[in-house]
Amino acid sequence: MTSSVTSGVSEPRTVARSTARVSYRAAFWGLIVRDTRVLSRSMTQFLLRTVIQPFLFVFVFLYVFPNIGAQIHGPGKSSFGTVLLPGLVAVAIMFQGIQAVGLPLVNEFAQTREIEDRVMAPLPTSLVAFEKILFGAMQAVLAAVIVFPMVLFFPNANVHPHVNFPLLVAEIIVSCLSAGALGLAIGTGWNPRQVPLIFSLIVIPITFLGCIYYPWAALHPIRWLQIVILANPLVYVSEGLRGAITPNIEHMAWPVSMGVLIVIGAGLTWLGMRGFRRRVLD
Amino acid sequence: MADAAVVVEKLSKHYAGPPPVDAVRGIDLEVARGEIFGLLGPNGAGKTTTVGMCTTRVVPSAGRVSVDGIDVRADPPGARGRIGVVTQFNTLDRSCTVSENLQYHCRYFGMSHRDAKARAQELLETFRLTDRAGASVMALSGGMAQRLQVARSIAHRPVVLFLDEPTSGLDPQSRIALWEVLGALHDEGTTVILTTHYMEEADRLCDRLAVIDHGEILIMGTPEQLKRQVGVETVVTLRLDGDRAGAVTALSVLPGVDRAEVVEDEVLVYLAEREGPLPGIVQSALGFGLADLAVAEPTLETVFIQLTGRALRD
Repeated sequence: MTSSVTSGVSEPRTVARSTARVSYRAAFWGLIVRDTRVLSRSMTQFLLRTVIQPFLFVFVFLYVFPNIGAQIHGPGKSSFGTVLLPGLVAVAIMFQGIQAVGLPLVNEFAQTREIEDRVMAPLPTSLVAFEKILFGAMQAVLAAVIVFPMVLFFPNANVHPHVNFPLLVAEIIVSCLSAGALGLAIGTGWNPRQVPLIFSLIVIPITFLGCIYYPWAALHPIRWLQIVILANPLVYVSEGLRGAITPNIEHMAWPVSMGVLIVIGAGLTWLGMRGFRRRVLD
Repeated sequence: MADAAVVVEKLSKHYAGPPPVDAVRGIDLEVARGEIFGLLGPNGAGKTTTVGMCTTRVVPSAGRVSVDGIDVRADPPGARGRIGVVTQFNTLDRSCTVSENLQYHCRYFGMSHRDAKARAQELLETFRLTDRAGASVMALSGGMAQRLQVARSIAHRPVVLFLDEPTSGLDPQSRIALWEVLGALHDEGTTVILTTHYMEEADRLCDRLAVIDHGEILIMGTPEQLKRQVGVETVVTLRLDGDRAGAVTALSVLPGVDRAEVVEDEVLVYLAEREGPLPGIVQSALGFGLADLAVAEPTLETVFIQLTGRALRD
């Protein structure tokens, strides 16, 4: 071992110490760079977890069902593919929050403790937590960009989109940040033993009752269900995207779906940030 | 202390429980720049909680800590910019390689990509990890992982380095290697605060140390000062098969014996002079089934036993 450890030079007692304040922006950027590197290394895993579920949905509902004489139709004259497109983009976004932020955090807090070094970075703890939301949101955007054309161009999908681009961008941003916040809230609120429960209690119910396979308005014959699922954030993501991508299908007015989603997203952000501070500080 | 690197004032931590615990009870200490300061005490003494409060991770119930003049509680990011921390656990980033662990740490502390890369390279060489640069941290041995954690903790050139039980669980060779690193850091003027329950480590490394138990500092000073205050020259440790209490009574009255006491399963005899009374002690102990005998100068263990009536080892 050389005699100079801190400085890497051989002059003792001349070490320049880190006393200048690191800008929060520089530290935050460091966290983003790290996460980007880790994501790029696990791109195959990212693609598999993003693509397989929506692919199987469209494969079963748009290929297998019609071929065995069990074709499903959307409400009115719309095709089922047109109903599914915004729904599957919505579910891809929401699950990135859980898979990219929530589940890894559960492990990092409880078992590997590998988040320790980032928590000790010279920036406020809430910014470390926000970076988790932001990076989860970025992965959710990526997932939406991958799933959208996959469903749109699936053979026999018969999708008829009428995209309102400015609204789509706004919906994607709000939805992806909300997904990141949901991931943070889950990741800081659950422990590894409860992971199977996350699937049973959160993932499956919000998927099946998230207006993915049917527009919210079409549920009016089952009024109680229509009201109960208003507690599901995925409903507002699906309905918001429906308004932006396939407005010909009946959907919630965008100010309503986006407004509620912003409120839910803010609530989840607050919950996640509080959970993060509680897990990090003793 | 005019130029203290770390000042701890009336620091306390109360956990509401259940059960309620006063982990730290009003600790005061100052650590000078360039000093290696040890917190010596058994497991559960409050060492880790104290370090946690100094490093922004544990919120004090009362009291104040400042590092390099920065109030840790008022400005955690500012404090974190000036400290390096090695915890008891392996907290290496498992999603990253050995080299990336150093590089990204440097990025968190504001270095450019190029500076971070150069600094990582320099540390890999210094800590003899260059041939592992591209390996996963999960492939490292315990000693190597600990070296990497120390390398990472000083990558941003902190003013104060905190190490919590840094050699716990390490093999003897890795332990000595780590002591060499800390010695080199000391030579460069880095302030080091470490916790340990190994008295040899505390004795060998620390300029000053505080003996801590039940959340309170029992005594503070240089290792020599602490050992001197025991007031004896030699400690004879006896393992007896017979009546230990009876032995203590018999040994206490021998000429040259300061006092004798039972500590756990051993009898300790304190001598005011070096070796004069030894034959008499052996003679007497034989009557109580003498099985083993060791003669030594007082150690920090002796200090701890004198202060608490308990042995330090776990």
